[in-house]
Amino acid sequence: MMRLPAIMGAAVAVLMLSACASFPTTEKQVAASEPQAPQLDIQSWQTDQGAKVMFVQSDALPMLDIRLVMAAGSSQDDGLPGVASLTSALIGQGAEALSVDDIARGFEDRGASFSSSSYRDMGITSLRTLSAAEYRQPVVALFNQVIGSPSFPEEALDRLRTRAMQGLRMEQQVPGPQVSKAFMSTVFADHPYGQPSEGTMESLPKIQRQQLVDFYNTYYAAGNTVIAMVGDLSRSEAEEIAAQISAALPAGPAAPELPRAEALSERKREHINFPSAQTHILLGNQATWRGNPDHVALHVGNQILGGGGFASILTDEVRQKRGYVYGIGSGFSAMAAGGPFQVQFKTANENADEALTLTLDLIDTFVEDGPSQAQLEQARANILGSFALSTADNSDIIGQLGAIGFYDLPLDYLQWFNRQVRQVTVEDIRDAFRRTLDVDDLAIVSIGPEAPQVLEDQDNENGGEKDADSGE
Amino acid sequence: MRQLMVALAAILWSLTARAELPTHAFTLDNGLKVLIREDHRAPVVTVMVWFKAGSIDEAPYETGLAHVLEHMMFKGTERLGPGDFSKLVARYGGSDNAFTSYDYTAYFQQYEASRLPLALELEAERLGNLKIDDDEFYRELQVVLEERRTRTDDNPNALAWEKFQAVARPGTGYAHPIIGWRSLLAQLQPEQARSWYDRFYVPGNATLVVAGDVTRDQVEPLVRRFFSDLPAGTTPPRPIQTVNPAAGERRLDLAMAVQVPALYMLYNVPSLVTAEQKQDFYALTMLAGVLDGGMSARIETDLVRGEKLVAGAGAGYSGIQRGDGTFTLTATPNPGVTLEQVEQALREQIKTLQTTLPSEDEMARVRAGVLASQVFEKDSVMGQAMELGMLSTLGLDIDLAKQFEEQLGKVTAEDVQRVARQWLIPERLAVAHVVPAQEEEQ
Repeated sequence: MMRLPAIMGAAVAVLMLSACASFPTTEKQVAASEPQAPQLDIQSWQTDQGAKVMFVQSDALPMLDIRLVMAAGSSQDDGLPGVASLTSALIGQGAEALSVDDIARGFEDRGASFSSSSYRDMGITSLRTLSAAEYRQPVVALFNQVIGSPSFPEEALDRLRTRAMQGLRMEQQVPGPQVSKAFMSTVFADHPYGQPSEGTMESLPKIQRQQLVDFYNTYYAAGNTVIAMVGDLSRSEAEEIAAQISAALPAGPAAPELPRAEALSERKREHINFPSAQTHILLGNQATWRGNPDHVALHVGNQILGGGGFASILTDEVRQKRGYVYGIGSGFSAMAAGGPFQVQFKTANENADEALTLTLDLIDTFVEDGPSQAQLEQARANILGSFALSTADNSDIIGQLGAIGFYDLPLDYLQWFNRQVRQVTVEDIRDAFRRTLDVDDLAIVSIGPEAPQVLEDQDNENGGEKDADSGE
Repeated sequence: MRQLMVALAAILWSLTARAELPTHAFTLDNGLKVLIREDHRAPVVTVMVWFKAGSIDEAPYETGLAHVLEHMMFKGTERLGPGDFSKLVARYGGSDNAFTSYDYTAYFQQYEASRLPLALELEAERLGNLKIDDDEFYRELQVVLEERRTRTDDNPNALAWEKFQAVARPGTGYAHPIIGWRSLLAQLQPEQARSWYDRFYVPGNATLVVAGDVTRDQVEPLVRRFFSDLPAGTTPPRPIQTVNPAAGERRLDLAMAVQVPALYMLYNVPSLVTAEQKQDFYALTMLAGVLDGGMSARIETDLVRGEKLVAGAGAGYSGIQRGDGTFTLTATPNPGVTLEQVEQALREQIKTLQTTLPSEDEMARVRAGVLASQVFEKDSVMGQAMELGMLSTLGLDIDLAKQFEEQLGKVTAEDVQRVARQWLIPERLAVAHVVPAQEEEQ
């Protein structure tokens, strides 16, 4: 714990050299105060039916958030993309004797908002309501009916299928969604993560009502569910609500784990011809997963490379110094059975070759050399200093609870993470990046009038002079 | 049902009262307005500076200038090099950004609470001492042109919307895109940015908002230390821009590179600022809620689920604006349904509002939604800073939320009908049909 102030002092000295020595006058004072890192008091228990409950009591505002997180994402689509997504969309469209109109009015008469959504790993159902009993009790009772006995009306299936297909047609009008899907299918190929979550023009018409019912009965089971709650509730009220939700859901176990995705071992290129003014380029590979022992080193390193906004190498070199892009960023998205490393940017077509070549070079240099000590101190200070912002409000907290519960992380995960961030070294980061990424194996996926080319670079051919482009 | 609603409304009133937080306001001698919202739930702070300067203040030949200046505010001052601002913010765990709107330009920094002094010193520095270097300006202009390509040029719906706004809000500064017309944007010069900064970026034209785990005793001395010495300057005039008298019915047919057609309708209506009868603002707010206040409102019930004409549709009233407000309807038809059919159905919806009173249940539901959302909005410190800054910049009461309860409660079904008849009329309407262009080549 005593290491931190010393580290921060060193970083300040580095920074003061680059800016004017006397400005900002408040920097010393701010650097000397260790940022608060409030501890979330997470209470957790299991319901009789095997749902895991995550609860944080917060009585500052008279409101309650409930979020159900299930392993019910598109990775369970089993070859028919769109089943998870349509199942999720039909929750709330009818339940037992209640019509969709009854449900909508039931929530909205009391100012409550209900929503459902689906991702690759997760199906998420959310409720936000005022916490006073006169509001909360009828709203939660309705929520239990809606999630516990959905009727999956054929009419709603047809309507939402049509809407989903209109959505897919609209995606064809713009470059971004097309290239994102191509990236996932290029990197993940036949792994379930390679399939488009919202379905395809071919798969959506094939989906039958019974498939949604079966999907619901299997994956919306209590044993496959995390119940996260934040708000103005006592522990006993929270226990009662969790017990009711859990009893309302189908009985059943957690879904089996998916096979781990494998990384590409050679470069794959994919280009979509599209008459856009910009070329969008995504670079990446399968790189991580939840539970990866390199997780913290990769996270901190990525903050330096391209995850830290204006303070990161990619933004500094590609946007600030050369004006090629409006935005460029990199990230590792860890999911249960895999997770890509991805760099993305878009640039005027005439700059595409230069921007691509530069970006590949910057990634390569970073993987080979790792960060400098000063870069690490900057990133460390940023991550530790921003911790308070990540749990500042109920919306933040419910998101953290859902993830901690879903991925079976320890209740003190956020504190553990911070401790790891304090300890990670430049060598740890360099080694983790070398283990994880090889620039020659990155998929290059693009969309635009022409496929961008990687330019032959004299320095790169000769090796040894890569530092010319490495920035600070 | 009625009685239950009345009982619930009383409880709701007490809940929103419970969610109220202390707010402090004062003004420095140089004219800088300062607003402080105390919210001690978490050790975080948001610092925002709002300027009464936006796209509506641009001359027709300099569209996009307000936004380009916003970018230049990160590119260096007398004591900070290009990029140093954001690097300092990141170094101390903060995040920062800015946005330009028609009515204002605003900057924000979010941090753990002990970083407050740094945030204030940095904002004072760029309010007082911005430096616009020629080379940095031209390089950043390239970045903004990339931003325009991403947001607009490569998105046919955004391009269509930009063309639609030009006819929907004629003769006002709301008729051109915030990011600027492409050809004019490309011609902007550093000298224009400098003169924009000199004209609008003076303390008397700005509001500083500090929200979060702070007290007035902590904030005020710091504000005085960093901002008091900035010269007052002159606050530039800002005429209020209305579409009055009514512009007449306007229609636009656009063939664009879309696969799915779209319908846009916009009525020029009063805003809270421009309305002669302030009650019209609240009645239009209720009307918008009746049409599209949620899954149980009329557009979802009748057009999406009932007649199944549209895959998606929405109605909204933007009434918090410096100039006139807008009442907007947008729709994406289902396959096999024409834009004419959808337009007809939406006009029927408007006609129904003009001829038949909305039910008490509908009115109560809209009120419940608006008031509950006022409690929910308190969850975000940034959201609270946004609300204060926007209201102050538009010259509105910063306690507007409190009046909302009372004023919405007073709106009757007859009021809703009256504003529908008075404002949602053809002379105030612009309509655009966006259809797929003929395929040139595959």
